[in-house]
Amino acid sequence: MKADGIGARVTRKEDQRFLTGNGQYTDDITLSHQTYAAFVRSPHAHATINDIDTRAAAAMPGVVAIFTGKDIAATGIGGLPCGWLINNKDGTPMKEPPHHILAVDKARYVGDQVAVVIAETIEQARAAAEAVEVDYGVLPAVADTATASKAKASVHDAAADNVCYVWGHGDAAAVDRAIASAHKVSTLDIVNNRLIPNAIEPRAANAAYDKSSDSYTLYVSNQNPHVERLLMCAFVLGIPEHKVRVVAPDVGGGFGSKIFLYAEETVLVWASKRVGRPIKWTADRMESFLSDAHGRDHVTRVQMAMDGNGKFTGMKVTTTANVGAYLSTFASCVPTILYATLLAGQYATPAIYCEVTAVFTNTSPVDAYRGAGRPEATYVVERIVETAARDMGLDPAEIRRRNFITTFPYATPVGLTYDIGDYHACLEKAVKLADYAGFPARQAEAKARGKLRGIGFSSYIEACGLAPSNVAGALGARAGLFEAGEVRVHPTGKVTVFTGSHSHGQGHETTFAQVVADRLGIPIDDVDIQHGDTGKVLFGMGTYGSRSLAVGGTAIVKAVDKVIAKGKKIAAHLLEAADTDIEFKDGVFRVAGTDKNVPFASVALTAYVPHNYPLDKLEPGLNENAFYDPTNFTYPAGTHICEVEIDPDTGKTEIVKFTAVDDFGNIINPMIVEGQVHGGLAQGIGQALLEGCVYDKESGQLLTATYMDYAMPRADDLPNFTVGTHVTPCTHNPLGVKGCGEAGAIGSPPALINAITHAIGVRDIAMPATPERVWRAIQSRA
Amino acid sequence: MTIHISMKVNGKAVSADVAASTTLVEFIREHLRLTGTHVGCNTAQCGACTVHVDGRAVKSCNMLAAQASGAEVTTIEGLASANGDMHPMQAAFKEHHGLQCGFCTPGMVMSALELKGRFPNATDEQIREALDGNFCRCTGYQNIVKAVKAGLAA
Ligand code: FES
Ligand code: FES
Repeated sequence: MKADGIGARVTRKEDQRFLTGNGQYTDDITLSHQTYAAFVRSPHAHATINDIDTRAAAAMPGVVAIFTGKDIAATGIGGLPCGWLINNKDGTPMKEPPHHILAVDKARYVGDQVAVVIAETIEQARAAAEAVEVDYGVLPAVADTATASKAKASVHDAAADNVCYVWGHGDAAAVDRAIASAHKVSTLDIVNNRLIPNAIEPRAANAAYDKSSDSYTLYVSNQNPHVERLLMCAFVLGIPEHKVRVVAPDVGGGFGSKIFLYAEETVLVWASKRVGRPIKWTADRMESFLSDAHGRDHVTRVQMAMDGNGKFTGMKVTTTANVGAYLSTFASCVPTILYATLLAGQYATPAIYCEVTAVFTNTSPVDAYRGAGRPEATYVVERIVETAARDMGLDPAEIRRRNFITTFPYATPVGLTYDIGDYHACLEKAVKLADYAGFPARQAEAKARGKLRGIGFSSYIEACGLAPSNVAGALGARAGLFEAGEVRVHPTGKVTVFTGSHSHGQGHETTFAQVVADRLGIPIDDVDIQHGDTGKVLFGMGTYGSRSLAVGGTAIVKAVDKVIAKGKKIAAHLLEAADTDIEFKDGVFRVAGTDKNVPFASVALTAYVPHNYPLDKLEPGLNENAFYDPTNFTYPAGTHICEVEIDPDTGKTEIVKFTAVDDFGNIINPMIVEGQVHGGLAQGIGQALLEGCVYDKESGQLLTATYMDYAMPRADDLPNFTVGTHVTPCTHNPLGVKGCGEAGAIGSPPALINAITHAIGVRDIAMPATPERVWRAIQSRA
Repeated sequence: MTIHISMKVNGKAVSADVAASTTLVEFIREHLRLTGTHVGCNTAQCGACTVHVDGRAVKSCNMLAAQASGAEVTTIEGLASANGDMHPMQAAFKEHHGLQCGFCTPGMVMSALELKGRFPNATDEQIREALDGNFCRCTGYQNIVKAVKAGLAA
């Protein structure tokens, strides 16, 4: 293994700038003649906008301009698009009510933007925003997921019953037959709690219009600048795409929440031409709580049918999913395509049916958050599997062993084909690392101290490497899901790589450089990775769904291979040999079986100084790009085991050990992979123990809109994790990689809740399992 | 109302006339353009804005610039040596992968450095407790704890 190549624990190239304060996040960029924006946001969850009086605000010091929804609508600007069409069971399309970039007639959630104030300083903008007088007619609000479709009020006139769609997936009749003939049917009613992503860098944007070239530059804290540009130009503002450059510089965490095209940056771009000066907006934390797209928020009933041996014969899932007040960019596909297709889990359940009712409510839009649909599916599957084991009197490891899929490729009844995996191997390794055999003794010892111990499993699977474009298209995607990469070899043999993936903590500048350095046989310091700028990168679908290495990395590999192929032709000319006789290894082109060779850097120089060069057959230069569209999803999978100890007097849960064994396929940089797992686990444990987004059901007010009310996982809330891997290389990409960014957040919540319900002997406990809830559950049992 | 303030920031004397309501983090970011100090909440909870004032770690969103007048302030930009070598605590964060997106990192490093005086031989638990005013959404803290331990020992 090359010391800085594939598989090496290389420290990160990007760290120097982050550690010395030289990162460049969006809010760090201040342009000349900068102005600042503040948004006027609705304090009501649901209200008509009768009138907006901006006169007093406009007269305040420093105010440059004020725009309302009517001003924008008057220029013919439409609303924000939704990127995925979901059809109802009867084949009719979902309801897609308009999502204006500033509300026009009605505000539909607390925080909905109704006007923007632009001023010389941020203080002046905020003060003037306070002075904008909006005459609201307060309406009854719909804020509860489970009852939204029966509420008297309607969020949108176009969806009087608040239903966006009712979607079905799988074979309902087969599942009904399995349930009717089952030895036992386990049933569980569960809620997947709503979360607020809370990247520590708040969303921010800075938009500038250049009159001389009639073009725009937008700096924005975003995970996919090309998608941002495409959606904004083609579907909202009607600005030609080549007149807009979108830069997503250093981004301080995304977790899904920075995938989407938001109203704020769209308003800024629109207004920048009218104002003629750059406009910057940075969310304050309260705005982040109110206006970042939230995650999860499902209410589900699940039934698992089994035969007498605990073999699963059918599973039925009925879910109500809250999409919030408007359809955010990928809101419609998260609780459907990214959810129901994962309900087979790691098991050979022959029949599965899932029905999802998506409802509008007067709450912030809900969209992808770390895992996006797959954590919700895993929570359903792994909670019911553990419950089924308890109902059958089986060990939770044993019921999994009896039901695991063991032959590949395996076509599930919910539409995916798993290419490879070894679920037994991950389970057995986790069982060993967690010392499952020693659990009864530890439980007894804890009991002697008056404490309750429990242990819980979760054998998750996810579909990553999004996605084969034609498959996604057939399922309703309104975009392609390939990735693009460019490898630019400079005359000196140094390399700049441009990738459509975006790094906002994942360490691509290192991992991707390792891949390229390894393949070209050059030092990692000779390779730089550029990303996040539509002015530099040819195209890109961006980073989400643990896709960057599997899809973005493969595009780079394809481009590298084109560089090598062209290099061979140049080397063949220099070495006076046939192209087919040239082999490339360790940075050297060589005539096979001889010591005639020429190093990579010489070939690069020749490509740019083509004096002795086959100009009749070959273009000069050494710069290649590639687009890669995957042929299948990748399927990371693993087993997580959580052991907890609960103090029955306080209800406080302590995680005494958390073990995660994951199969991510081949691993490029184990240090970075472990870091991704740790971070995912922290978010999953946060969901299960600490974090809960709460709306007042009557008023629709967000009750958890500050760090005083929303419990973020802190250093002393979390344990050290025990992590391990088992490798089955992905079969359909050249690196054999699957993706690791979301597994921790997907696998951990059910392991933790299974452990808590095991410890206290209850069927369910709501997430977050706060000490109060645990204590009450213990009391209810007594 | 504006007031005149002067202080030493990373060893350099600076002075300015600022609005009385200007916070220290605003002064550092907007007036001095030292953008390594970050704002994650502005309400004294996340710790991204942590700097040292007279050797103590403080959340600079929670202090007026005027309150720091006359003080010695150190920000993340002031840690590396003149020749560019990172401070051992910075180096330890790199070595142990104690950062991902980097946004919490400057505050995290400044908070960690202050432990040097308080717990030279800190245990994991003491480090976790001491860092509970610094949020990190990316790392799950495990590698931060490792890094801080190594940085304190260096
Ligand atoms: S910005 Fe100061 S503590 Fe969050
Ligand atoms: S590294 Fe991203 S918040 Fe800590």
